[in-house]
Amino acid sequence: MLKIEGLTAEIDGKQILKGLDLEVPAGEVHAIMGPNGAGKSTLSYVLSGREGYEITGGSVTFHGKDLLAMEPEERAATGLFLAFQYPVELPGVGNATFLRTALNAIRRQRGEPELDAMQFLKLARGRMKELSMPEDMLKRGVNVGFSGGEKKRNEVLQMALLNPSLAILDETDSGLDIDALKIVSDGVNALRGPGFSALVITHYQRLLNYIVPDRVHVLVNGRIVKSGGKELALELEAHGYAEVAA
Amino acid sequence: MNAMSNNAEAFLRRAEALATPAWAGALRRQGLDALAKSGLPTRRAEAYKYTDLSPIARAEFGAAPAALARPALPAPRGRARLVFVDGLLRADLSTLPPRPLSDAAAVLGTVENSAVTPVAALNAALAEDGMFLDIPAGEQAGLIELVSIVTEAAGPIAFHPRHVLRLGQGASVTLLETCQGPDGVAYLHNPVFEVVVGEGATCAHTRIQQEGGSAYFLSSVHARIAAGGTYDNFTLNAGAKLARNEIHAALEGPKAACHMNGAQLVGDGRHADSTTFLHHAAPDCASRQTYKTVLAGRSRGVFQGKILVSQAAQRTDGYQMNQALLLSEDAEMDAKPQLEIYADDVKCSHGATVGALDEAQLFYLRSRGIPEKEARAMLVQAFLTEAVDGVADETCRAALDEAVMGWWREMAA
Ligand SMILES: Nc1ncnc2c1ncn2[C@@H]1O[C@H](COP(=O)(O)OP(=O)(O)OP(=O)(O)O)[C@@H](O)[C@H]1O
Ligand SMILES: [Mg+2]
Repeated sequence: MLKIEGLTAEIDGKQILKGLDLEVPAGEVHAIMGPNGAGKSTLSYVLSGREGYEITGGSVTFHGKDLLAMEPEERAATGLFLAFQYPVELPGVGNATFLRTALNAIRRQRGEPELDAMQFLKLARGRMKELSMPEDMLKRGVNVGFSGGEKKRNEVLQMALLNPSLAILDETDSGLDIDALKIVSDGVNALRGPGFSALVITHYQRLLNYIVPDRVHVLVNGRIVKSGGKELALELEAHGYAEVAA
Repeated sequence: MNAMSNNAEAFLRRAEALATPAWAGALRRQGLDALAKSGLPTRRAEAYKYTDLSPIARAEFGAAPAALARPALPAPRGRARLVFVDGLLRADLSTLPPRPLSDAAAVLGTVENSAVTPVAALNAALAEDGMFLDIPAGEQAGLIELVSIVTEAAGPIAFHPRHVLRLGQGASVTLLETCQGPDGVAYLHNPVFEVVVGEGATCAHTRIQQEGGSAYFLSSVHARIAAGGTYDNFTLNAGAKLARNEIHAALEGPKAACHMNGAQLVGDGRHADSTTFLHHAAPDCASRQTYKTVLAGRSRGVFQGKILVSQAAQRTDGYQMNQALLLSEDAEMDAKPQLEIYADDVKCSHGATVGALDEAQLFYLRSRGIPEKEARAMLVQAFLTEAVDGVADETCRAALDEAVMGWWREMAA
């Protein structure tokens, strides 16, 4: 599904990713943990195609295609989804319009018929209910005035609607209260299956009690320095990065 | 008059050759005097520092053809409409029996500055036609369209319609004005509106300027608003090579209100200028202005907004915001807000911003599968929202949205 080999990338002349290798097979959920500034968000931006990063080496294949050669919108249509660590506010763009435009853009690129306003509303309302989101969030500007937790839930709503084959969740758990954490985790678990993989970036082992990963990777200083089963997260929690990654 | 040293010489000569309709007599003299004395303003004039009229002074404009054209008209949107083709009011294409301008003598040339500011003086000197829309006290006139179309066959004409809009006490009207013409013809459209809003009357005026890409558009609206009256103006400047749109409004009675909103969509090689002059002359009046300018390619946008608060205008509540979005590094925006306040109990704020599209927002949209062009269009529309939301009438709003989309499609093509 996703294969990263020897990836190096820099921003503003500063090297952040320093030869990163990672493979996520179809149907698996992998967690990435690592200290602040290690390059976790950088990796998620590089994978989703944000401008400003210079890829200086390595390769990424996604569904057998060269991911790095694609525009961000093509990556999304191919099945990649990034839940942002810091979701962006779009004043003047209604959440419903945004969600429907995104959904239809992806359906169009995948050769599927577009949804009209009624079909979309029905779908969106159903997903929102599952995520315990009030319906008036559809009417508001995208993320405008949303609380931290509401923004994260809105990210998960987008994921649920766009139905990706690989979701990168960049600290989606931070800012969520205990109930929301459970709801959001249920939302992710509902997508799990042979056609869905996820890269879950988190600082907290607790999330991994809800979204149980197949593998855990430790990212330090732009590289994966250690990989293991779900027990690795507990080890990290108990002993810290310095000791475990040494 | 010393026509030799005057840059309005060609216009003055043209005026001499014109037959003078009875209604235009006094007005024309005022306009001719002003034009002969000062000519068209040059960039040395403070109010024209950013907008150069010399291409208009140098251009050669012809008279409208004798044969009446029958162009395809847009589908009607309002209850009734008045249609101008090549600058002349066409009763045969209009669905509203117009009142003759000779009935408007009490208003013509009387609304603040409507005969003496340069753009209006040019109009006063050369006006041949126009509309008089007179809404009697208490009448709710609904949506009326004012359509101006220039035909390809007319060639580079210059026309200077003088429009009078008068609302009696408690009357209301929604006026949807559209201006269109062919690309590639360097014509001049120079309309002047004199608007008189009676006590407690409400006038909502939406203007959609989509003149051809080689045209010149010099327009001004002059409004007086009586106690408790409201004048709402929204102007979309989306066409013409050079567009200058002036609004002069005076709040003359207590609790009058004026909203001036606008959007300027300026393509490569074009120039758009919105200049407002708002006079708070009475107490307890409110004014709101929001202007948004989107600039593409090598283009230039101008916003000049002056708010004058007279001593009598206590408890004035004024607001002015002007924002520009630069889609290219070659675009330029000039803004000049000006407050002149002589009353002491006044709330007046203004602000201005200039910026590019936000890369983070653009990436967020694209990461959701929205193609770059569409994502940019969404962000441009979002940028305009605050101004466009000032148009309450649904038909006007739909026409406006359509015009914005049309501009964007042309841009992106
Ligand atoms: N424009 C930039 N110029 C220079 N350095 C940058 C720039 N943007 C990010 N960085 C640096 O890149 C490094 C990696 O940042 P990144 O956001 O990927 O870390 P992270 O692992 O996601 O951290 P956190 O756990 O705090 O979210 C940081 O040291 C950051 O300061
Ligand atoms: Mg991060």
